Amino acid sequence: MSSIEHAADLPAWAALAVAFFLVVGAGLTLIGTIGFVRLPTFYERIHAPTLGTSWGTGGIVMASMIFFTVLSTRPVVHEILIGIFVTVTTPVTLMLLARATLHRDRAEGNPDVPGEAPAQETVDDGTAAQAD
Amino acid sequence: MSHTILSWAMVFAQICLVLAMALAALRMARGPRAQDRVLALDTLYVNSMLLLMVFGIRTGKVIYFEASLVIGMLGFVATVALAKFLMRGEVIE
Repeated sequence: MSSIEHAADLPAWAALAVAFFLVVGAGLTLIGTIGFVRLPTFYERIHAPTLGTSWGTGGIVMASMIFFTVLSTRPVVHEILIGIFVTVTTPVTLMLLARATLHRDRAEGNPDVPGEAPAQETVDDGTAAQAD
Repeated sequence: MSHTILSWAMVFAQICLVLAMALAALRMARGPRAQDRVLALDTLYVNSMLLLMVFGIRTGKVIYFEASLVIGMLGFVATVALAKFLMRGEVIE
C-alpha cells in the first residue's frame, strides 16, 4: 500500500472528507455505468450515465477542492470550472443525442416510439416548407 | 489512520472508475445501434475525466486538472458532432 507523502500534513478531518467524497463520486459513477449496461432500451439507458455527470463529477470535484484548499492553505476553486462545464454541457449533448435517436427511430417507422406531433395549424405561405 | 482511509479511498475510486470505463467499453462493443456507441463514448470521456482528477489528487499535481478539463471539452465537442451526424448524415452542412 503506497501511502501518500505529499498529503502528510493534511488534517484528519480533511482526509476523511476527501475520502468520503471520492468514494461517493466514484461509486455513483460506477452505479450509473452499470445501469447503462443493464437497462433494456436506449431511452432508458440514456438516463443512467447522468449519475456520473451529476454526483459523480460533483463528488470528485468537491474532494479535489477540499484536498488542494486544505493542503495549500488558500482557496483553490478552479476545479469548479469542470463542475460548471459538465453541468452545462451534459443536458445539451444528451438532448441532441435523444432527438437524433428519435429522428432515426421515426424514419425507420419503429412502432415503439410515438409518431410526429399532430400538425399545428399551419400558415400556408410557403415558409413552413423551409422550416427546419 | 485517516491517511490510510484516504489512500484506500483513492484506490477504491480508481478501481470503480476503471470498472466503469470497462463497462462503457463493453456497451460500446456490444451496443446494438450507433446511438448506444455514441453514448458509450460520452460515458468513457466523463469517466476518464474523473479518473484523471482522482489521479491528480493522488499525486498532488495540478497539471492533471488541466488535462481533465481538456478531456471534458473534447468529449462535449465529439458527442455533439456525432449526434449531429446521426441526425443529419453529415456534420457541417
